[in-house]
Amino acid sequence: MTLVTLKIRRYDPELSEDAFWQSFEVPVESGDRLLDALHHVKWYLDGSLTFRRSCAHGVCGSDAMRVNGVNRLACKVLIKDLGDEITVEPLKGLPTMKDLLVDMEPFFDAFRAVKPFLMTSGNAPTRERLQSAEDRARFDDTTKCIMCAACTTACPIFWNDDQYFGPQAIVMAHRFIFDSRDEGAEERLEILNDKEGVWRCRTTFNCTDACPRGIEVTKAIQEVKRALIFHHT
Amino acid sequence: MVQFHTYDTVIVGAGGAGMRAALEAGQRSRTAVLTKLYPTRSHTGAAQGGMCAALANVEEDNWEWHTFDTVKGGDYLVDQDAAEVMCREAIDAVLDLEKMGLPFDRTPEGRIDQRRFGGHTRNHGEAAVRRSCFAADRTGHLILQTLFQQCVKHGIEFYNEFYVLDLLLNGGRTAGVVAYELATGELHVFQAKSVLFATGGFGKVFKVTSNAHTLTGDGMGIVFRRGIPLEDMEFYQFHPTGIWKMGILLTEGARGEGGILRNSDGERFMERYAPTLKDLAPRDLVSRAIYTEIRAGRGCGSARDHVYLDLTHLPPEQLDAKLPDITEFARTYLGIEPYTDPIPIQPTAHYAMGGIPTDIDARVLRNSTEVVPGLFAAGEVACVSVHGANRLGTNSLLDINVFGRRGGLAAAAHANSQVHHVELPDDPAGQVEALLQRLRDGGGQENVAAIRTALQETMDAHASVYRTDATLRQAEADIRALQVRYEKVGVSDRGQRYNTELLEAVELGFLLDLAQVLVVSALARHESRGGHFREDFPTRDDVHFMRHTMAYREGTDVRLDHKPVVQTRYQPSERTY
Repeated sequence: MTLVTLKIRRYDPELSEDAFWQSFEVPVESGDRLLDALHHVKWYLDGSLTFRRSCAHGVCGSDAMRVNGVNRLACKVLIKDLGDEITVEPLKGLPTMKDLLVDMEPFFDAFRAVKPFLMTSGNAPTRERLQSAEDRARFDDTTKCIMCAACTTACPIFWNDDQYFGPQAIVMAHRFIFDSRDEGAEERLEILNDKEGVWRCRTTFNCTDACPRGIEVTKAIQEVKRALIFHHT
Repeated sequence: MVQFHTYDTVIVGAGGAGMRAALEAGQRSRTAVLTKLYPTRSHTGAAQGGMCAALANVEEDNWEWHTFDTVKGGDYLVDQDAAEVMCREAIDAVLDLEKMGLPFDRTPEGRIDQRRFGGHTRNHGEAAVRRSCFAADRTGHLILQTLFQQCVKHGIEFYNEFYVLDLLLNGGRTAGVVAYELATGELHVFQAKSVLFATGGFGKVFKVTSNAHTLTGDGMGIVFRRGIPLEDMEFYQFHPTGIWKMGILLTEGARGEGGILRNSDGERFMERYAPTLKDLAPRDLVSRAIYTEIRAGRGCGSARDHVYLDLTHLPPEQLDAKLPDITEFARTYLGIEPYTDPIPIQPTAHYAMGGIPTDIDARVLRNSTEVVPGLFAAGEVACVSVHGANRLGTNSLLDINVFGRRGGLAAAAHANSQVHHVELPDDPAGQVEALLQRLRDGGGQENVAAIRTALQETMDAHASVYRTDATLRQAEADIRALQVRYEKVGVSDRGQRYNTELLEAVELGFLLDLAQVLVVSALARHESRGGHFREDFPTRDDVHFMRHTMAYREGTDVRLDHKPVVQTRYQPSERTY
């Protein structure tokens, strides 16, 4: 059992318009996640500390936040890898609602805008559509997305231009554009050819670094750009 | 300020079952989905290994074998008519998901690939069969994503972070629900002709669990407080392979791909317990075997309190392709490299076989024979019963798709058959207002987390894999004492905005109620069947206990009644593997 300091960005507009830093000393065991330490604060030190979480092992995407200045899932980063003093802030670029909890609606609006669903024409087959293992592998990486918003809110373009679709929406478009069963590529590419679309990307790679699922986000964005230029998917 | 809304169909919960239901109901009736999370945060997304259906894409199979496995796996407590429906409709359920865009792994011929899973066999137990349709080890994630994508496509209306806290009945008919809006602290009354609960399980009554923090049995707790019974709550599944101490799930697909369980001697001990299926025996058998090994001193580590899941003999390429997520869990949380080192595991609380009793159209039963008009339930919250005393792996993803679909259709059909809504009862939000007021003003002499931890510890110690009359009585007494302490909890956050502290206090109330139902139901079942093992009654007793438990709330007590098991073609026989 050792002690670490959590320095947390607090904000509750019901109490004050101003955000502030608050530090908590938290006992941790080896192997504890940051989420365990946040729970310790909430459960035993200050019940008003507010953040989202659910699965606690990196699959539901609820608890993305800025940890020591970079986006992480609180449940997928271990205290021992973060040092003795850990700063925790809400994601940047989305409105903070309370403490570490941000408004996700702008993020989901961008997701919905790229038509994130399989588009096909004609009658569906009786059995499954056939797809070769190679065709299936083509878009495997982007099927891993858990919509945690770590990539989009790590993007400096997004911080300064909230009309930009952001990396996650492009990842989702990629997942369908490169699915051999899908027939909506043209439609999605047209959406992403917008001035707030893929061309905003300046390949900073922040998104790739931030992705807790290890998706090659920047690569996916470049593949969508290339599909726009060379018209093949 | 209470706000009022009117819909034909209201669905509570946006996991697999809720969204599958919404896709049907939303295209046929004016539908709202209320969820305390965001749709893709549900624990369906944590399911890994696959969804079984007798597609016979890679070897001979048929749905009748699947039905038999389900019935035998459930230790014959399964309602066989329901299991037939599920296993027959499994094939279309998988094909429907593929057509919605789910990226299943593929065979060399381009068909949906299939792999082995615990308890699923060829020709009534001859050998393991490849029946599980999968997408690497994130099948649940992709089911959830695919269903959400379809909901977006069809414009399904979601109320995100709306926590439903009460069911409104009038004259025994469904009138609507009351929800608490997390963002504002406001109450909302949703009047609806049909209400479908799809709120999942209550794994958080246990300490070591694969379940999300948010799985607090809300739907079961709500209807139970409104006088509706809960069925077979003593049957709780412990998944054999949770990460040691943490409980994080490591899919049975790991053993389906060839993984082996080993004790401290390095022995493949499952050969002694299940000579035919070995490591792929059903979960109740494997979990008991693990604890038997540990009790015999053959556990691993300095405390000898776990065993190993050994994947080291499998090629790294196979682990990367078929089990990428769980191998990453081992690296992230344990610092272990599964290519070269075995993974320490222990059984982890995983799945409620019991729940809100329903028929095969997800209609909720108010007793052993009558339905509650307009009320439906599907998924883990419900007990159809297709899982009986022990659920087979993959059958939960199947359950949510088959009965989510059937429930959505039935809910919309009911709504469309009613000209008028059932009138709301007087002061519809009154009960919820009183509950929240009490928790806000409770004084706070007691701490929610402390009570929850104490509950989880007594449940782990006294009501898990092995049970006796004495341990269950201890658990019952502990829960009673904790319920008294719960009366004195209070929340320190006085705000209206995103008051998640208040939410946790409400959730604890449901956990305490459901733990009590589980323990009281388990005390009365003087036999061992499936996931319910009584050391003082170690054998199955079909003469006295081939029946479902029906638990009703009576004041602060639980009253038990029974419901017959539906048997069609399979007679109970000894359950060996």
